[in-house]
Amino acid sequence: MARVAVTADPLDLPALTAELTGSGVGDGAVTTFVGLVRDHNQGRRVLFLEYEAYEPLAVRALNRIVDEAADSWPGTRLGVHHRIGRLELGEASIIIVAASKHRADAFAACRYTIERVKQIVPIWKHEHFEGGDVWLEGATADPEDAAAREAAHRIACA
Amino acid sequence: MRITVRLFARLRDLAGSGELVRDLSGPATVKTVWQELVAEMPALGDYERTMSVAVNADYSKMSAPVNDGDEVAFLPPVSGG
Repeated sequence: MARVAVTADPLDLPALTAELTGSGVGDGAVTTFVGLVRDHNQGRRVLFLEYEAYEPLAVRALNRIVDEAADSWPGTRLGVHHRIGRLELGEASIIIVAASKHRADAFAACRYTIERVKQIVPIWKHEHFEGGDVWLEGATADPEDAAAREAAHRIACA
Repeated sequence: MRITVRLFARLRDLAGSGELVRDLSGPATVKTVWQELVAEMPALGDYERTMSVAVNADYSKMSAPVNDGDEVAFLPPVSGG
């Protein structure tokens, strides 16, 4: 299984966890993050989401984040899968697995990854709610923006 | 030269298509491509302040040169996760 993926298929956390942890007994910690489709957003009743990606660049950006995390927390290994297409309420949109010798690094790398995904990965949510639909727009993606990277790092280590 | 323009999310909706082929004459940059697009579809113009750009599926800049066969993408602010 690829450690980084953008896929229309349902995400498989046990399989990605096994991929990250199957190779030895040196790890002391595995942390996971699962992002879910919520039934409300900014006062709107959400019906479902559609995710769109610029796939080759999204995969490239995810790999960049994995490399950044490996620099910050040496020895920590990461897997990130992001789903695209139509997602119903309660479904997982993203799964992240971080395996490390120590829990502090595993927690931090996991948190850093989701913060960076929201900053630089070219994926968009199209929210369909009761009464309409809207494209959500968050951060202007700039992987070279050192301040953004630093902000993600601060949150990860808070 | 001939290039492919890729548009995503709301930019795609505004343009009515996610993939356009355009012929350019003479040397061009990403900005040239964008300006021709906005001349054609003024509704896209507001995104210049907030979008990112990519050339051949790698983040790039408005000042980057564009060559025959390139894929130039304009990306609204992202909202993954």
